[in-house]
Amino acid sequence: MRRLLVLGGGTAGTMIVNKLRRRLPASEWEITVVDRDDDHRYQPGYLFLPFGTYSPDQVVRKRHAFIPDGVELVFGEIDRVDADSASVHLEDGRTLPYDYLVIATGTTPRPDQTPGMLGEQWRRSVFDFYSFEGASALAAALPAFDHGRLVVHITEMPIKCPVAPLEFAFLADSWLRDRGIRDRVELVYVTPLSGAFTQPIASQHLGDMLEERKILVESDFMVERVDNERKALVSYDEREVPFDLLVTIPLNMGADFVARSGLGDELNYVPVDKHTLQSTAHANVFAVGDASDIPASKAGSVAHFSVEIFVDNFLELIDGKPMTGAFDGHANCFVESGDGKGLLIDFNYDTQPLTGRYPLPVVGPMGLLKETRANHLGKLAFRWIYWNVLLPGRPLPLPALMSMAGKVVPADDAGGPRSAPPEEE
Amino acid sequence: MPVTTIDNRQVHVNEEGFLTDPAEWDEAMGKALASQIGIDLGDEHWKAIRFLREDFAARGETPTLRRVTVAGGIPTKQLFQLFPQKPAKKMAYVAGLPKPHGCV
Repeated sequence: MRRLLVLGGGTAGTMIVNKLRRRLPASEWEITVVDRDDDHRYQPGYLFLPFGTYSPDQVVRKRHAFIPDGVELVFGEIDRVDADSASVHLEDGRTLPYDYLVIATGTTPRPDQTPGMLGEQWRRSVFDFYSFEGASALAAALPAFDHGRLVVHITEMPIKCPVAPLEFAFLADSWLRDRGIRDRVELVYVTPLSGAFTQPIASQHLGDMLEERKILVESDFMVERVDNERKALVSYDEREVPFDLLVTIPLNMGADFVARSGLGDELNYVPVDKHTLQSTAHANVFAVGDASDIPASKAGSVAHFSVEIFVDNFLELIDGKPMTGAFDGHANCFVESGDGKGLLIDFNYDTQPLTGRYPLPVVGPMGLLKETRANHLGKLAFRWIYWNVLLPGRPLPLPALMSMAGKVVPADDAGGPRSAPPEEE
Repeated sequence: MPVTTIDNRQVHVNEEGFLTDPAEWDEAMGKALASQIGIDLGDEHWKAIRFLREDFAARGETPTLRRVTVAGGIPTKQLFQLFPQKPAKKMAYVAGLPKPHGCV
């Protein structure tokens, strides 16, 4: 009997066990998945909790309901992986041996990593919405906010769903206008990046959208601490951004057991080959979803597309064949822009988000990098798809690798080299 | 790839002016690149630049600011003093390496 052990029953882990249980004979393969609790949360839904668009019961289901028959679901806290003896130790003393290990324990907001973030203002005027508890606390506090400075803040990249803070700013703007108090609120977007987003064309579009909405941008801001007394963010280069209400995205880090096991980088992400997701240190270890260090967005769509490649590769590997699939970093994200509209971006390691139509040229029906009602409806419809199609590992008629069909490629402006870029951006 | 002349030498750069071939870099080049962005390199600067070069050689990618702090042992605060405003980018530029990947 061979053993596949999956750590984490979230988006990536659940899809993997569903797909592989169908492909691996039960007489030859034992599949086990470990998680700490029985609540599977639809994390994209957190964005909508503060504005009352979703209620808490719409974003939580029982984890075991998505784990197929023939897969053992073990509840427990992971102490460490012992890669040399190919076993995982749980905190309660149990040991789980494996032939192949998949680390799919994701990434977690860590407000404890920034001095002052968990101070006396935490969940009074300082909130996060990347946790269920944070989004729920913000939902309770937001109705009382009717004037002052609302600051949306990213601590450090990478974060999961890198567009979510922008979406929050757009939705907050829309929400304040609906309540007729937008003119009493100063909306500020504070980012460690040099612009609204990481990739040039999308950054330009999204930056214009911030400007149209009169959302001020404070860029290149690396927070050193939160000053609770003065209610201000303070950067390493001693700039201050005061707030009345701070909505922050804390530092995101991989699981602590990854560090304890000596398998992580400085943010506890597992170094892997970016095309196969195989650990660079151990050939029988993979990291899938947000837990790896691949230079792609930490997003459910990346987990989804990379699982498709991983599953086929894994079947080749256990057959003693070379892995032929190569993940391209494909990500695909709906971006809520407020007023019942949204954008869609589709990109990979090599191609930045472009304008155009998706998934089909001309007819779409989705517009890329363009605010449309269809994109907003697509985002809302996705919750149903997530629970009913994606997690159970049913096929979704979208290609795993990115396609250029429908995308508008900008003419290469062959500008000459610039000599002093870091000052100019 | 465009070619430009820095320190009386021809080097390959990308559209933002970052060197595209780490092998075209040496410490004299680093000094010239630093002066392009108004930085006069002292010992503390060199400690950071040398860490970037070594880490890139070992891992194949430019270290992030956090990695320079955690693995290179130079406090973030100091990096902001040495390379004001955009330390991650400026260090990579001076070290003749690509911009760090941290931001996707």
